[in-house]
Amino acid sequence: MSSLDETKLVENEGGLKQAPSFFLFKWTQSIGLGDVVFRNLTAFFAFLVLVLAMLTVAALWINSGPCIKAMGWHFLSSSDWDPIQNIFGAVPFVYGTLVSSAIALLIAAPLGLGISLFLTELAPMRFRDPVAFLVETLAAIPSVVYGLWGMFVLAPIMRVYVDPFLHGFIGGPLFGEGPTGLSLFTAGTILSIMILPTITAISREVFEAVPNVYRESARALGATSWETIQLSVLKASKAGIVGAMMLGLGRALGETMAVTMVIGNTPKVDINLLAPGHSMASVIANEFTEATGDVYLAALSEIGLLLMGITLVLNIVAHLLVWATTRNFGKV
Amino acid sequence: MMKSFKKILTGALVVAAVAGAGVAQALTLNGAGSTFDNPIFQKWFYEYNKQFGIQVNYQSIGSGGGIQQFISKTVDFGATDAFLTDDETGKVGGPALNIPVVMGAVCVSYNVPGVDSGLKLDSDIIANIYLGAITKWNDPAIAELNPGVNLPDLSITVAHRSDGSGTTNIFTNYLTKVSVQWASSVGWGKAVKWPLGVGGKGNEGVAGLIKQIPGCIGYIELAYAKQNSIPYASLKNRAGNFVDPSIDGTTAAAAGALKHMPPDFKVMITNAPGAQAYPICGFSWVVVRTNQPGENSKALVDLLKWMMATGNGEVASLYYAPFPDSLVSKINAAISTIKY
Amino acid sequence: MTFDFQTRRHFVDRLMVGLCGLAAVIAVVPLLSLLIYVLSQGIQDLRPGFFIHLPTPVGIPGGGMGNAILGTITLIIIASLVGLPVGIFAGVYLAEFGKKGRFAWIVRFVSDVLSGVPSIVTGIVAYTLIVKPMGNFSALAGGVALGFMMIPIVTRTTEELVKLVPHSLREASWALGISQWKTVMSIIIRTAKNGILTGVLLSIARVSGETAPLLFTSFNNQFWAGSLNQPTASLTVQVFTYAISPFDDWHHEAWTGALVLLLMVLSINLAAKMFFRNPRSLLR
Repeated sequence: MSSLDETKLVENEGGLKQAPSFFLFKWTQSIGLGDVVFRNLTAFFAFLVLVLAMLTVAALWINSGPCIKAMGWHFLSSSDWDPIQNIFGAVPFVYGTLVSSAIALLIAAPLGLGISLFLTELAPMRFRDPVAFLVETLAAIPSVVYGLWGMFVLAPIMRVYVDPFLHGFIGGPLFGEGPTGLSLFTAGTILSIMILPTITAISREVFEAVPNVYRESARALGATSWETIQLSVLKASKAGIVGAMMLGLGRALGETMAVTMVIGNTPKVDINLLAPGHSMASVIANEFTEATGDVYLAALSEIGLLLMGITLVLNIVAHLLVWATTRNFGKV
Repeated sequence: MMKSFKKILTGALVVAAVAGAGVAQALTLNGAGSTFDNPIFQKWFYEYNKQFGIQVNYQSIGSGGGIQQFISKTVDFGATDAFLTDDETGKVGGPALNIPVVMGAVCVSYNVPGVDSGLKLDSDIIANIYLGAITKWNDPAIAELNPGVNLPDLSITVAHRSDGSGTTNIFTNYLTKVSVQWASSVGWGKAVKWPLGVGGKGNEGVAGLIKQIPGCIGYIELAYAKQNSIPYASLKNRAGNFVDPSIDGTTAAAAGALKHMPPDFKVMITNAPGAQAYPICGFSWVVVRTNQPGENSKALVDLLKWMMATGNGEVASLYYAPFPDSLVSKINAAISTIKY
Repeated sequence: MTFDFQTRRHFVDRLMVGLCGLAAVIAVVPLLSLLIYVLSQGIQDLRPGFFIHLPTPVGIPGGGMGNAILGTITLIIIASLVGLPVGIFAGVYLAEFGKKGRFAWIVRFVSDVLSGVPSIVTGIVAYTLIVKPMGNFSALAGGVALGFMMIPIVTRTTEELVKLVPHSLREASWALGISQWKTVMSIIIRTAKNGILTGVLLSIARVSGETAPLLFTSFNNQFWAGSLNQPTASLTVQVFTYAISPFDDWHHEAWTGALVLLLMVLSINLAAKMFFRNPRSLLR
């Protein structure tokens, strides 16, 4: 055993100083062949994830060539989408994707957290599994079914009840006229239903993994249910919750079938949330199978590339947010 | 963990082995393309399989997709609502034929409360509606064509396709032929920059929009209008008569267009001459390579001949129009040039 | 003033608990609407023949989606064989060895970005990698495309949940002289089984409902697929093709297909939980 280096001690979960796990490990074992193989094997699979990403980007990049050459930077600033004249601009689609995904997350995040808290902390035991099962059923419904339900059930409800209510009650530029019920708002709503199971299921797992000790100590100090949740469960689960949100957001950004049936498919930027719009994933799914012509196909591939770029940026922003808010965590 | 892993792995390998062993396969032809053709193709190939034992596997991934796969040689034939452009013909890498196999009518359907059927429209009105110049149902131009019909003071919601489509191809081609302004500002193709309106995905999407939204107008294939009981308009054709979208109207249009039909069948039969011709209809073509010997080519030729001889007689039940005999003989002549 | 403070505390507490309960109720409403919609539309055509027969054209009764059902099962199996090992092991790597270092950080990032890729793009990648070189559509290509989609979900959930296993378990294991790899495989993963299973089931549910990536990879087949190297029918593609047609009897078949798919995924969920899940009391 090597000698104990006091300076390398760190605080563990209970607040006591102990040796970092890695050193504990080194001091108690020698690294065997199994460990080397294991480490390299898992590293290899992690590398495969990178390979998949590189292949996707490469495929998109190569296919986008003709459009990048034809449109250049105009692609990112233009709102024109004209397959006949071969003029393409991505702005309305970017706008639609961002807005509908934002709406989806705004609705699904509090709902999902609320449900998973309900399921893990608050509900009587006999409610938990049935309700959880119901939420998981949402995940099993194929997206084409969501689309059909959205078009035949949700959109009419929006058109007849919800949109006029929002327009009359809140109004303003954000909630103008919604004559068809097909809009960014409807798309955001259906997306929120679709990403709800993801957020709920993962958050639930994360909450379940918080050791009971935390809850018990909070209770022992006289905390109410909500305070217990705040102090013990939420704080410890931040990273996991962000993971759940990221996966939910990912799904929202890339969803095609359901969105395309309720978003109105109109490539225009309109601040009115109740007006028809379009999204990146939608336009690719709609037009790819019928597109002929090099620049047209390339334009669609470039939209796919752009979507990956935007997902990347959003992820960076999310990570920065988490980093900024958890910096002060250790110092109570 | 390991035990369950092993269980899964064994199960999967068993399935793979069974699947990989492969059932003894009859000759299979693969085709891809137009969704318009799908119902009749399924009917034809089912019967063909029963009669001759040959499996023809067709999947409607869209005309563009069909052409792409045909060019990539992953399928034996493509089916498309828009004939190959020169660009695409170049990519095929060998001589290819566009053979018309079916044709159908595109209706202009509407949802006007109080008007259940029989609305009359002409080319100017339709073009103006789609250009945004006519915005209300009680517009004088529409009222003039429909005396006695109680047209409400309702805004027109224009519906079009959000996806690329052969139906759009036919519709916009018609508009280009009848409206100078449309020709110069929009043009025709499977996907265009629409001046206004909401986009529905697929014919069923547009049909859904028309059904749901009061005041909506849209273009859909005849089968969708009939099956969903959506009213369609009578259109004024080139000869000046008001014609309903129908099988007979389409056959009349093909006959009318026959006089000027190019030998490679690359023609849009919209706005065709003829007293009873319906103005908005079009062909759907099967694209085949003419210079690829092999048993697949022979099977394909036999299939095409069967389509013209037997298949053509069965199309009406699914709302396609049968080809007139004069056209069938022209097509048969073209089929006989395919080498195998 | 402590009295007001106490009242406020309890009020907030009741309010938040109420809101959480409300959230559960709100979630159930659209779910019930969806389920009722699918059930009412799909139950009409549900008969044993549906599971055995091949599809028939419009107007000819007695058709089914037997080949599509088998096809979907095949695709799910292939997808799992591709996606699960990569996802689980990559997640384990990130959790065990990935606390520091740029490589792990990049992989984590990339995995999140991948989860946002539209399914049709993944299909195109699989098309370029498998279909084009082989020159034909195949069930294999379709399964691989779906497997690609599973990877980001499984990686992320595995990583998060393996990380949540308390360190004390790890250290206790090491203290007993068990090597690291055995610790992870036998103890850590077993403890995190619930969470990993959730990720796996989420990804299976997700990919089994996808249509777009299959259009260019497994294509479709009106007949039984003879081998993995041939196009195969799948429930989603068949449902989609029927749903966009004008004919009512095809519409009925489409809804029945959707119902069967839903039931299939739910059965996989239930079965997997019965076999693999830890009892909930393990950690608490």
